[in-house]
Amino acid sequence: MQLTLWTYEGPPHVGAMRIATAMKDVHYVLHAPQGDTYADLLFTMIERNAKRPPVTYTTFQARDLGGDTAELFKNAAREAYARFKPQAMMVGSSCTAELIQDDPGGLCKALDLPVPVVALELPSYQRKENWGASETFYQMVRNLADTSVKRAPREAGQRARCNILGPAALGFRHRDDLREITGLLREMGVDINVTAPLGASPADMARLGDADFNVVLYPEIANVAAGWLKRTFGQPSTRTVPIGSGATRDFINEVAELAGVDPIHVLANADARAPWYAKSVDSTYLTSKRVFVFGDATHVVAAARIAAQEMGFTVVGLGTYSREFAREVREAAALYGVDALISDDYLEVEARIAELQPELVLGSQMERHIAKRLGVPCAVISAPVHVQDFPARYSPQMGFEGANVLFDTWVHPLMMGLEEHLIGMFRGDAEFHEDAAPSHLGGSVTPKTVVAPVAPVEQAAANETLTPQEATWGLDAEKELRKIPFFVRGKAKRNTERFAIDRGVSLITVETLYDAKAHYGR
Amino acid sequence: MSAVFPIQSVSKGCADAPVLKERGQREVFCGLTGIIWLHRKIQDAFFLVVGSRTCAHLIQSAAGVMIFAEPRFATAIIDERDLAGLADCNEELDRVVTRLIERRPEIKLLFLVGSCPSEVIKLDLSRAASRLSSRFSPDVRVLNYSGSGIETTFTQGEDACLASLVPVLPPAAAHAPAALMVVGALADVVEDQFARLFKQLGIGPVQFFPPRQANEMPTVGPNTVFLLAQPFLADTAVALEARGATRLPAPFPLGVEGTTAWLQAAASAFGVDAATFEGAIAPARDRATTAVARQRTQLAGKSIFFFPDSQLEIPLARFLSRELGMLLAEVGTPYLHRQHMAEELALLPENTFLSEGQHVENQLDRCRAAQPDIVVCGLGLANPLEAEGLTTKWAIELVFTPIQGFEQAADLAELFSRPLVRRLRLAA
Repeated sequence: MQLTLWTYEGPPHVGAMRIATAMKDVHYVLHAPQGDTYADLLFTMIERNAKRPPVTYTTFQARDLGGDTAELFKNAAREAYARFKPQAMMVGSSCTAELIQDDPGGLCKALDLPVPVVALELPSYQRKENWGASETFYQMVRNLADTSVKRAPREAGQRARCNILGPAALGFRHRDDLREITGLLREMGVDINVTAPLGASPADMARLGDADFNVVLYPEIANVAAGWLKRTFGQPSTRTVPIGSGATRDFINEVAELAGVDPIHVLANADARAPWYAKSVDSTYLTSKRVFVFGDATHVVAAARIAAQEMGFTVVGLGTYSREFAREVREAAALYGVDALISDDYLEVEARIAELQPELVLGSQMERHIAKRLGVPCAVISAPVHVQDFPARYSPQMGFEGANVLFDTWVHPLMMGLEEHLIGMFRGDAEFHEDAAPSHLGGSVTPKTVVAPVAPVEQAAANETLTPQEATWGLDAEKELRKIPFFVRGKAKRNTERFAIDRGVSLITVETLYDAKAHYGR
Repeated sequence: MSAVFPIQSVSKGCADAPVLKERGQREVFCGLTGIIWLHRKIQDAFFLVVGSRTCAHLIQSAAGVMIFAEPRFATAIIDERDLAGLADCNEELDRVVTRLIERRPEIKLLFLVGSCPSEVIKLDLSRAASRLSSRFSPDVRVLNYSGSGIETTFTQGEDACLASLVPVLPPAAAHAPAALMVVGALADVVEDQFARLFKQLGIGPVQFFPPRQANEMPTVGPNTVFLLAQPFLADTAVALEARGATRLPAPFPLGVEGTTAWLQAAASAFGVDAATFEGAIAPARDRATTAVARQRTQLAGKSIFFFPDSQLEIPLARFLSRELGMLLAEVGTPYLHRQHMAEELALLPENTFLSEGQHVENQLDRCRAAQPDIVVCGLGLANPLEAEGLTTKWAIELVFTPIQGFEQAADLAELFSRPLVRRLRLAA
């Protein structure tokens, strides 16, 4: 058993629902107990879909367990087909139904429905949501793609054609990423054959073979399917995820190569403001801000590159809950000289952030909780997210406009430059003081005497001390420490303590503080 | 009250009315969702769900933004090692609970909450609870109940939780004077209002169950009479009766009429004379009547359709039809307890279409055919129905908002008029 306060991913059948809901003319019959219909509200409330997810639940109850739950499933499947007349059906079990072992796939075969039925085997006690989405998409591609459809070799002057793979329901910014990248591909002179799963019908899926290559936007969902398409139709796929200006340029070059087109004009016409914004002197103070990155593998790898190379931050920590992509994240972490944190344990992530004392956290909804507790600025870069991260406005993460969005989003929670300078110079202001939240966020009303946001940091830091030896803070040194602006104080405190312990200094004085400062730099 | 509502006074009600019983897909929450309000009500209790990732995901999704605060609930996720018997579930549970209690030493009451997976694999949480209780006694008391979807629907989770507490309530002294217990979690402000009214009526002592702190459990015994404040407490009532307590039959305290009758039930049991009763409740009742009348202009003549959700549907329908003049297209309830609902049913308009259980697709067909002015339904249905042009009131809010008592009667009506007003405004 695992003690779980928050979970980064839902169970795998939620991943399957994300595929079913993304697609058209597909229906999912899910063997599940009463109550599991809660998952509908993920789509109707968080994503604000105007339609019910195309999912029929058997919603069995205790009294059904004594009877024939298999018959219940068959009735539900029969009724769902009759009512919704889908082009294809998906059938599977949720975690409880997995325990009673009714075999939805076999049962549905016996119904002999006149449409393809894709049976999903999703081990709920080992796997999670993204795996479920990936496996479901793979099974749908395998079962629905017509293997007799093959793209004829391209003649001179014929435009290249690609599939876009990965965007799904309940995906973080999938809607706008898709629009951004579709526009980019068209601008490059590449036609779109099929976009899947988002908006694809089973008939569309049958045409997957009629493309020259695949654009994989979300490897968590589409890598496995893309691998099968490569083996079956010989379609290569893109490997760069176009999040960030640099990655977008790499992506354009990669697509140009696969499509045999010239990328020059697309690169030249790019409406990319983020690189200039980052170069402008107003951004100088962002240099070496210490940032911790956590989320799904694709988004953290992309975010770390942007943070380090496009924003000039220092990546002090990097991690993911996507175990399937641990290798990629470890490789990325090595680039920045940090150890990757591969964990889906919220408490472990919290401990790591407390230990590293970053000035900015880029993470998921869960890291927002942690950052709030620790009083650290935070921006959301990855699922899981809540309703506010399914915005009404256009806000992609991908492409050049995505890079513009990311610049604004990440800088926003940080204290602005002038305020940061003034707080470094003058203390004791009733309104603008070293413990106050940035005034552009309207958070300056925190009374100066309240040190609550700092307390957990210091406590956590104190608990982390591994050496039995301890250094105590002299009164003057402690006073001096409080003059350091809040967002770097935690780091300064830890550095000073480490410095003192390493040198066997038991009482930290003002001198020790500045010795440590000189030793470590900022 | 008959003078205020002359039209319905001749109605025979729905006491013997036929009820459409349906089976099929049920679009409802499981009992685990009760944790979302119970963990705030009992301030030193912790709810540990023993279940799957689905259970953890459910509470997290249903709790919405509230999860920004460190909550007093968590999930012990069963994994394949537990299922394969590689790990002893009981040892695992003990380890998880020990870690939890170390992390949250302020916890006085720990509920092990059963789920569908734990019920299906027949994990004996009651034995685990008594074992852990003796280990952590006297600092922490460990109890168990089931909030599984296979056994409980939404608010029945509260029923299961309270029923698990009843056997450990301290016994009332043998010759103690009659005491009143108000049963069912209420908003603190509502509880305080009721406490004041009972005091003015001269009724006492009054105890509320569940209490705000684990060490303030009410006593129970043959001299206890109890009023149900919520309609979904069937098992809790049985458990209290098993300890000698007596239930006072009454409608539920929703609306002016319901609240008056509910208080009257207590007043009669405690021999409060009519003049005292009138004197004590008149100011609040009259205030509420005026405030509700304002809402009537928005709601009178409008039709309403209830999907099953919380068992609050029948009392709500009674309030909306009698005090606000709404027309009842269908009143769906997940479960109909005839005895506890008898007073309510008698007050419903004759020929009200009642349904128990659910076949959601059929019910949606009926709803679309009826084209009601407002639909009360869950979050999975609300936006899709809005997109079809129907106006909805999502039902969960009715459990999370103070709606009982005189002072809340107009607020309750406003919850229903707000979506209609909004639709008018947005169209303009």
